[in-house]
Amino acid sequence: MCTTCGCGDSSLVPVDVHEKILAGNDRVATHNRQHFAAAGVLALNVMGSPGAGKTALLEATAKATGGRWRLGAVSGDLATDNDARRLEKAGIPSRAITTGQGCHLDAQLVHDALHAFAWKDLDVFFIENVGNLVCPAVYDLGQAANVVALSVTEGEDKPLKYPVMFKGADLVLLTKCDLLPHLDVDVEQILDGLRRVMPRPEVIQVSARTGQGMDAWVRWLEARRAGLPRGRGTAVHVHTHEHPHVHAHAHEHRHADGTVHSHPHGHEHAHGHLHAPGSEEDHGHGGADHAHATGSGHEHGH
Amino acid sequence: MHEYSLVQSLVGRVEALALERKATAVHRLVVSVGELAGLDPELFQTAYDTFRTGTICERTAMELRRVPARWACPGCGREIARGEILTCAACGLPAKLSAGADEILLETVEMEVP
Repeated sequence: MCTTCGCGDSSLVPVDVHEKILAGNDRVATHNRQHFAAAGVLALNVMGSPGAGKTALLEATAKATGGRWRLGAVSGDLATDNDARRLEKAGIPSRAITTGQGCHLDAQLVHDALHAFAWKDLDVFFIENVGNLVCPAVYDLGQAANVVALSVTEGEDKPLKYPVMFKGADLVLLTKCDLLPHLDVDVEQILDGLRRVMPRPEVIQVSARTGQGMDAWVRWLEARRAGLPRGRGTAVHVHTHEHPHVHAHAHEHRHADGTVHSHPHGHEHAHGHLHAPGSEEDHGHGGADHAHATGSGHEHGH
Repeated sequence: MHEYSLVQSLVGRVEALALERKATAVHRLVVSVGELAGLDPELFQTAYDTFRTGTICERTAMELRRVPARWACPGCGREIARGEILTCAACGLPAKLSAGADEILLETVEMEVP
């Protein structure tokens, strides 16, 4: 109402919102994350280009873990359920999420898929995203960590070309490494690129075909699982109130070349009460020989 | 091409805000887009211009504010230039990204209320 003269005209009001456009998605993602945490399921968002080897990697993971873990997956795919069927064959119960023209999964699609899927008894739940190095990076799904598959055949400059995707990666799996003898690819150049887009570069070189690096990948998964809340099923729903929480603890890394880096994992974040020590800030340092992009083969001195 | 789905989220949010305040029209939106938010501002503008037809934003201008990405050492504060390795050469700390550089925020909605 115009308050100047009382004429009854409407007035122009600027409303300060300052809210993420994807706040709606983020709310559903938080809901998913609480469910995964309460059930003690390690949920991973597996991303990468079409053909980077995401499905093959999961098949190889089933082989490498040999039935020790209950694995499950949902696979985002534009038009087919080929990936889900491949995973089922490999012993990973799976559901396809057919996105039609959608170039990414969002938290709601994952949430809806959970309703039709026995995911609560799983140890590791893979959310295989749509093959795409751009859009999936923007949507939080409620995962505990982002894993990006980058194949050695994609070209050395991919990290620099897609910085948003790699910036958000907790782990990069350099796939198809068995092909290296046949390619003119400079792996060091890929690692160098990753150091320029990832503040905490962590890379494991793997081959789903030969099994190379799968042991390091399984150890990374183990370390992540160890960081989950203990006592599956005993935890009730997460408190809704949040409190700010500041972590600052240093990991000292001694590299093979003698240099020592201190990595204080300083985090400031607000979270609910289902947080077990080390679950979010644990960057998988339980494994001994996973390689940081800063060099291969180094000791961890914590 | 997730720009279209982002426009849907944006328009949906504006519609909800307008409903809350019983607005008769929405005149202007301000959206800030971080350089590392994973959104192409031009494509976003095009998507907005296409999708706003038939919505409360049909005649609403959208102003995009670009937020540049800057990396700096959280220890010594040294700025890490574009393309450099994201570890502080002096402290060995992982670089920290400047505020808003990886976010897409609806900042302001200017609406007409009775």
